[in-house]
Amino acid sequence: MSANEIILDVKDLQTSFKTDTGEVRAVDGVSFQLPKGKTIGIVGESGSGKSITSLSILRLLASNGTIKNGEVLYKGQDLLKFSEAQMRKLRGNEISMIFQEPMTSLNPVYTVGQQISEALILHQNMSKKEAAVRSVELLKLVGIPSPDKRVKNYPFELSGGMRQRVMIAMSLACNPEILIADEPTTALDVTIQAQILELIKDLQERLGMSVIFITHDLGVVAETCDYVAVMYAGQVVEYADVRTLFKEPKLPYTIGLLNSLPRHDIEQDKLEPIQGNVPSPHNMPVGCRFAPRCPAATDLCRAKMPKLETDENGNQIRCWIYSEEWDGESEVNLYGETRIAKGRGTKTVLPD
Amino acid sequence: MAKQELLKVEGLKQYFPIKGGLLGRTTNHVKAVDDISFTIYEGETVSIVGESGCGKSTTGRAILRLEEPTEGVVEFKGVNLAGLSKREMRKYRKDMQIIFQDPYASINPRQTVASVLNEAMEIQKVLPANKRRARIEELLETVGLLPYQADRFPHEFSGGQRQRIGIARALSVNPELIICDEAVSALDVSIQAQVLNLLEDLQQEYNLTYLFISHDLGVVRHISDRIIVMYLGKIMEIADKESLFENPKHPYTKALLSAIPVPDPDKKKERIVLKGDVPSPINPPTGCRFHTRCPFATEKCVTDVPELRTTAGMKENHQAACHYIEEIASGEMQPNY
Repeated sequence: MSANEIILDVKDLQTSFKTDTGEVRAVDGVSFQLPKGKTIGIVGESGSGKSITSLSILRLLASNGTIKNGEVLYKGQDLLKFSEAQMRKLRGNEISMIFQEPMTSLNPVYTVGQQISEALILHQNMSKKEAAVRSVELLKLVGIPSPDKRVKNYPFELSGGMRQRVMIAMSLACNPEILIADEPTTALDVTIQAQILELIKDLQERLGMSVIFITHDLGVVAETCDYVAVMYAGQVVEYADVRTLFKEPKLPYTIGLLNSLPRHDIEQDKLEPIQGNVPSPHNMPVGCRFAPRCPAATDLCRAKMPKLETDENGNQIRCWIYSEEWDGESEVNLYGETRIAKGRGTKTVLPD
Repeated sequence: MAKQELLKVEGLKQYFPIKGGLLGRTTNHVKAVDDISFTIYEGETVSIVGESGCGKSTTGRAILRLEEPTEGVVEFKGVNLAGLSKREMRKYRKDMQIIFQDPYASINPRQTVASVLNEAMEIQKVLPANKRRARIEELLETVGLLPYQADRFPHEFSGGQRQRIGIARALSVNPELIICDEAVSALDVSIQAQVLNLLEDLQQEYNLTYLFISHDLGVVRHISDRIIVMYLGKIMEIADKESLFENPKHPYTKALLSAIPVPDPDKKKERIVLKGDVPSPINPPTGCRFHTRCPFATEKCVTDVPELRTTAGMKENHQAACHYIEEIASGEMQPNY
C-alpha cells in the first residue's frame, strides 16, 4: 500500500451471533485499511456481513453478538481492547455513523435541534445555548433551507431527504475523523440520492474526513469511493482501488456481479446472472464460499478455503485461480470474460 | 408489423379523498394520478418510471381495478373495464395478472406453493381438478423451481425463489398482460438478473405483454420497448427506449438520467442536481408540475399546463410535456441553477 497514513486498520475481524439454531459467523475474516482522507466502499449483497462489519468497528452489536477475533486499529490503538467508557467517548465524536433509515434512527419525540445538541454537549462540553447555535450552523452546512426554523422541527415534519441531512449534521457535529455511512441513500429517490452523495463528498473535502461507505449499489461505489472491498458470505473476497475493481475485476464473483447489473447508460443484450443463491450462514461451504455458484470452481475450490492474498499493487483477492496451486485450465472463462490463471501454464514462481 | 392494441388508458384519474374535520367530511384529495393516457400493444413491454409518489403503482392498480379509478377509460381488447360489473371483471382478471414488489408479503404464508397455484386455477376454472397437479409441477419447472418443491411453504424459499412463485401464480391462469409492480426491486443484483432473464424468456415463449413499473432506470432500459416517465401523477415524457435514453427531451427526464450513479469510475458526467423535494400531491404545483424544481422554468410554466407533444428532432411516438422543448434543444434557453 502507498505511503498514505492509515487511519483505520481492520485485521481478520470475526463476529458471531448466537441464534436458536446455533452460532452464526456473520463476519468471518474481514481485513481492510482506510487511508486518511479517503473513502473506502464495502459492497456486497444482503447477508454478506457488510453492516455487521461496521457495527463491529464501533462495537454496537446486539447482545447476542460477539467479536471473536481480530483487531480494529484506530490510529494504532485496538478499539476491541477499549473499555465501554472509552468507546462512548469515541462514538459520535471521533468515529460517527449514518444509518440507512433516517426515519427510524432519529428520535421522534425530540426536535432535531435537541438531537444534534446532545452530541455537542456530551463530547464538546458546550452549554445548551452554544450547542443550539452550533446546531443551526450544522443544519446550514448540510444544506437545509431556513435552518433557524428547521432546528425546532420534529423528524416527522421533515421529508426523507431532509431527515438524512439531519442525520449527517448529527454525525458531523464533533468533526469526526471517520464517518461510517451505512447505506445512507438506499431509502431515497435518485434525485435526492444525488443531492446527498454530493453533500457527503463536498463535506469530506472541506473537513478532511475519512469515509467508510457501505452499500449494495455498485454505481454509488464507482462514483464515491477510492478503494473498494467486495464482501461475500462474511468475508472480504476482493479489495482494490476503484478503477482496477471496475475495469479489471479478477474475482469470479465480482465479474458476475458487474455483469448481472442492468445499466441505464449502455445497451446490453442479455444479462449474465450468477446462478444459485447465497449460502446459508448455518451451512457454509467448506472450501471457497462462492464455489457452489462459481462457473470455474474445481475440486480444490470445493475442498479448501482460499486465503486473501495481496499482489504487488496492494490489491487483494481471495481466489484459487490466481494462486500457484490452481488445478484448472490456464484460461478461465467467467461470465463471458477471460482471465489468465496464475498456476498452470505460467512459469512464474514468486518467492514466499 | 401490424401492432394490435391490447390495453388503452384514456384520461385516467385516481384521486384519494382526505377525510378531516369534526364530521369526517372529505376536505381534500391526493391527486395520485391526474389525467394520463397511453396505449400498450400486444407482445411489448412498456415501463412506467418515476420517483416515489409519482403515481406509477397507482396506475397499475387502477388498470386492474384493485382500486376503482376516479375517472377515465381503461380498454382491454376494446372492452371498457371501468364499465364492467365485479362479476364480469373477474373474467378479465384471468387475462391480466400482477406481480408485486414484496415476495414476502404477497404470498399467504400458511398455504403450500401447490395450493397457492391451485387456488388461482380453481377460481379462474383454467383446468379440471385432476389435471392441475401436473400443471403445477410444469409451472414450477417453467419458473426455474423443482417439482418436488410444490408442497413446501413460502418460508422455505429465499426471496428470489418466492418471486418466482409469484411469477408462477401469475402464469397459472394463462394471462396475456402481466403488470410487474417493482417486481425485482427487493432482490439482490445477482438474483434480480436471474428473474429479469426469466421474465424475458417467458415473454418470448408465451407472447406475454408486460407493464413494468419500476424506479430503477437500469432495469427499465434492459427490459422495455417503450417507457413512460411520470412525475406527480402526470406523464412527463413517453418514448421508445432508444429515444428516451439517447435523446431525452424533458428537463425532468434529463435530470433523472443524470442522477443515477454509473458503475464506471472513468465516466465523469455532468450531473444535474435538482433542488428541493418532490412537492405534495395534495396541492400539486399549478401549470407544469415540475416547475418548482425545473432549471428552465418561466412564468408560463407556473400558469399553463404543458401538453404532451412531438417536435422536430423527435421520433414519431416520442412525446414530452414541456413548453420549451425547441428552445432548450437549440440552446436558446439556458438552465438556471
